[in-house]
Amino acid sequence: MAKAELMDFDKALELFEPVLGFEVHVELNTRTKMFSDAPNFFGGEPNTNITPVDLGLPGSLPVVNEQAIRYSISLGLALGCEIAPSSRFARKNYFYPDLAKNYQISQYDEPIAHDGNVEVELPNGKVFQVSIERAHMEEDAGKLTHVGGATGRIQGAEYSLVDYNRAGVPLVEIVTNMISGAEHDAPELAKAYVSTIRDIVVSLGISDAKMERGNLRCDANISLSPRGSGKLGTRTETKNVNSLRSVERAIRYEIQRQAAILAKGGTITQETRHWHEDTGVTSAGRPKSDADDYRYFPEPDLLPVEPSEALIAELRAALPEAPAIRRRRLKEAWAFTDLEFQDVQNSGLVTEIELTVAAGAAPAQARKWWTGEIARLANLASVDASSLVSPLHVSELVAMIDNGELTDRLARQVLEGVIAGEGSPAEVTKSRGLVVVSDDGALIAAIDEALAAQPDVLEKIRDGKVQAAGAVIGAVMKAMKGTADAARVRELVLERAQQ
Amino acid sequence: MSEITNDQVSHLANLARIALTPEEIDKLTGELGVIIDSIAKVSEVATADVPATSHPIRLVNVFRPDVPGPTLTAKQALAGAPEHDGSRFKVSAILGEEQ
Amino acid sequence: MADLTRLTAAELSQKLQAREISSVDVTRAHLDRIAAVDGDIHAFLHVSSAALATAADVDTRRGDGEKLGPLAGVPIAIKDVLCTFDMPSTAGSKILEGWVPPYDATVVRKLREAHLVPLGKTNMDEFAMGSSTEHSAFGPTHNPWDLDRIPGGSGGGSAAAVAAYEAPLALGSDTGGSIRQPAAVTGSVGVKPTYGGVSRYGAIALASSLDQVGPVTRTVLDAALLHDVIGGYDPRDSTSLKDPWPSFADAARTGARDRSLKGVRVGVVKQLNGDGFQVGVRDRFAESLEVLAAAGAEIVEVSAPNFEYAIAAYYLILPAEASSNLAKFDSVRFGLRVNPKGGGTVEDVMAATREAGFGPEVKRRIILGTYALSAGYYDAYYGSAQKVRTLIQRDFDAAFERADVLISPAAPTTAFKLGEKLEDPLAMYLNDVTTIPANLAGIPGMGLPMGLAPEDGLPTGIQLMAPARADVRLYSVGAALEALLEDRWGHTLISQAPELAVAR
Repeated sequence: MAKAELMDFDKALELFEPVLGFEVHVELNTRTKMFSDAPNFFGGEPNTNITPVDLGLPGSLPVVNEQAIRYSISLGLALGCEIAPSSRFARKNYFYPDLAKNYQISQYDEPIAHDGNVEVELPNGKVFQVSIERAHMEEDAGKLTHVGGATGRIQGAEYSLVDYNRAGVPLVEIVTNMISGAEHDAPELAKAYVSTIRDIVVSLGISDAKMERGNLRCDANISLSPRGSGKLGTRTETKNVNSLRSVERAIRYEIQRQAAILAKGGTITQETRHWHEDTGVTSAGRPKSDADDYRYFPEPDLLPVEPSEALIAELRAALPEAPAIRRRRLKEAWAFTDLEFQDVQNSGLVTEIELTVAAGAAPAQARKWWTGEIARLANLASVDASSLVSPLHVSELVAMIDNGELTDRLARQVLEGVIAGEGSPAEVTKSRGLVVVSDDGALIAAIDEALAAQPDVLEKIRDGKVQAAGAVIGAVMKAMKGTADAARVRELVLERAQQ
Repeated sequence: MSEITNDQVSHLANLARIALTPEEIDKLTGELGVIIDSIAKVSEVATADVPATSHPIRLVNVFRPDVPGPTLTAKQALAGAPEHDGSRFKVSAILGEEQ
Repeated sequence: MADLTRLTAAELSQKLQAREISSVDVTRAHLDRIAAVDGDIHAFLHVSSAALATAADVDTRRGDGEKLGPLAGVPIAIKDVLCTFDMPSTAGSKILEGWVPPYDATVVRKLREAHLVPLGKTNMDEFAMGSSTEHSAFGPTHNPWDLDRIPGGSGGGSAAAVAAYEAPLALGSDTGGSIRQPAAVTGSVGVKPTYGGVSRYGAIALASSLDQVGPVTRTVLDAALLHDVIGGYDPRDSTSLKDPWPSFADAARTGARDRSLKGVRVGVVKQLNGDGFQVGVRDRFAESLEVLAAAGAEIVEVSAPNFEYAIAAYYLILPAEASSNLAKFDSVRFGLRVNPKGGGTVEDVMAATREAGFGPEVKRRIILGTYALSAGYYDAYYGSAQKVRTLIQRDFDAAFERADVLISPAAPTTAFKLGEKLEDPLAMYLNDVTTIPANLAGIPGMGLPMGLAPEDGLPTGIQLMAPARADVRLYSVGAALEALLEDRWGHTLISQAPELAVAR
């Protein structure tokens, strides 16, 4: 793929003002699909989690999942939206082989929720108000696999295979109004916005919200407006953005790409662009055109949704606290410094840490592991840390360290095993034979050896320079290949000095 | 007479994914013009104060409990397919883009 | 043994319950009749190979003392628009030729649970688009009264099957008259229930907001018995009504027994009888009014000014919904696939398949519907048509203030010749002028015989309409009118049909 010319980010911001917009699709974790009673579960054997409805068989009819309605209303309320007293489904007509009926049941002019607001806090502490245009319900499509050709991508494929297991999975699409004024913070705002949406749906418990699994998908609209022109630029819509860090990168890339074109007097094509995680670029998709005539009309097989005041009140009362309030509460509860909490927020791991603490870990330990080793491994693998390991496993790992079953160093090895899918921390510890040596005899032998190499250490300790013990402890830990409990080694060294 | 042109019919055929022959397009252009002339009269009485009716019998809030039911087997699902690979439906190469 | 095919379902039911006859006897008699006459009629697209086994099973159950429903063991023909897991379901289209669904339509499941015996699938206009069965991809059905004439449509196969004694009962579907108009031109009885009264699940959709499945029979009582079996709430159809329904069979029996319409206000719809209606149709209609009045009915004229716009609204709403409903026929999951010469992308394959698999009327309506829904035309066409629908409902509301049932001819003419209107879509569309308003408003309607037109000796039909959810009125008034007319004639209308040549 030819690499597009990019303008330096700061220069681009000097010349242009970025205007953003987001469409975030949230997959609801209901037990069944949006319009059929097939299990809401995909993956596994292709074309097995389907009914005649999901396959769009002639004669089949959709029926709305009540839980999906409740979840959608809750989400709408959490986004500060008004819940429509009457909303309805519409058919969006277009042909595509992953769309079983060749129309998608969605909502058009009467969405279930509209006119909301989300408070988004950036890493630098700035707070943005993102205005929500609407949140509407729809169904997901099936999954295409392209076969033949070199890339496994659609271009050059010989044929494609369709699995409809995902067809009919309930989605809520959250659409923002245009966001201007983000300026240099635009990429960070994008990431923080999606992260906030993720926090909201996780706190509501209505979605698994794993971006890498497609539970949460972000289409990012961006246009550049020449400074002082007062005119809106032509926008592109970047799809296929599958992680928080990609959201940030994709926005940054599009700003730089569009700026380079505009600065040369070129024009931006209104089109869909695809983000490529591996190469960090976007590529052109289909141009938007008159051909996009979706012929929306009210879905005649479904009836209007008219939630009662009582239902809305019930769901409103059950809402979890807003992320901004939650942040304040957690910061206090965890007793983190401003800097520490900022660090946690920037990592996008507040929820993971909260769940880890809820599972029993001390806040400091939870923070240390998530923002330290786990974040490091995630960065190496270019994935989100939350996708690597579950909070429950991290909490188990911390507990094993606390009660002396693991040292920090062993714990890192265990973590690798857990990430590799070898099982829970206890299982990995067992299967890899990672045991802390608590036999004092073996430790004393190693200490003796270390002291022999550094004869002046005991003297220094006796003189009150306790920190001198560190050199011996380090040597012992090294000799024991990390299987020693550092605290016990320290005790033994200090005992020896007093003899 | 309605302004239905061959180009318009051919655009509609494309939207509807029907590879009409030029003869069919010609014939349909004429027929469509006549039909549309006779049905366009709906706008005479469809004034702004009249609400639209999309369902003959008004019902609201028709929902299904979130309880899984029986599913088709892959074999049943694929039984009517023109082409499949044993577990998935097979289609020719797709011109266009990843969705 | 008397010819079992000449008996009504009610009579068969009685003899089966009395064990005078077996279901195997009845089923074999009808299969023989199909073999004898269907070469000329072509009512069936598929004859079940399981019918005799099903019948034998019912006989065994009865022998074992199992408690069975009134229609257990009675054969039935099923319109090919309904999904059956053991028979092809093509909706009269080449694009679905040979397709066997992995499931039964809810109404078919109900038939099986009530132990009726499916005989086979009946012919229809492709995807129920038509008024003559000439748009079937598998050739037209012929009217048993005159083989050169149409049996009506789209459910001409079901109507001809009962009129030709190939089945005592059949199922139809009615989107704009596809049950009632064929009844009128074949001298049979057909009912379109209140929208939502019978499940649409498994009925291959034409226009979702208009379609309704209903009974096709030779008598009002038989229609009532069948309606009792297929009606009722289905959680798989969101538009299904939860109302408790009374026994329609009881209503029909009471109506036929009392033969009295004392105090019943019968509204004659001014706009559904007049110029453009065949003279014999108008004469017979006038005669029926006399009969009704003589039985104590109060005849009132009602006006429904917006019915003038009904056909126009219908031919916007139907094609719009159909264009979307028929998008699923794309060669991916089921049905025909046609690869264009030299291969092509999936888009090309879809377009080539739909070009080859759909007939001219289906293409015409898909293109029309695509146009009506297009950006820029939606408000003027589809949006306006939905408003006309409101106006038509208001007309009905006003009419039912003054009348308990409404009546009109069920079709403007008797059966026309095959091919006569095939090249003039607009003329074909006008056949449904009397039946369409009921579909737009969702109210129930019945077509039943009202005598032969003197000028051509062919059957004419009368239409009864009742307010939404008041289907029971159709059966009490319909059964009374049927009995009064037969008293007057001294015979049933269907008994006047010419004997068909029997193939050996």
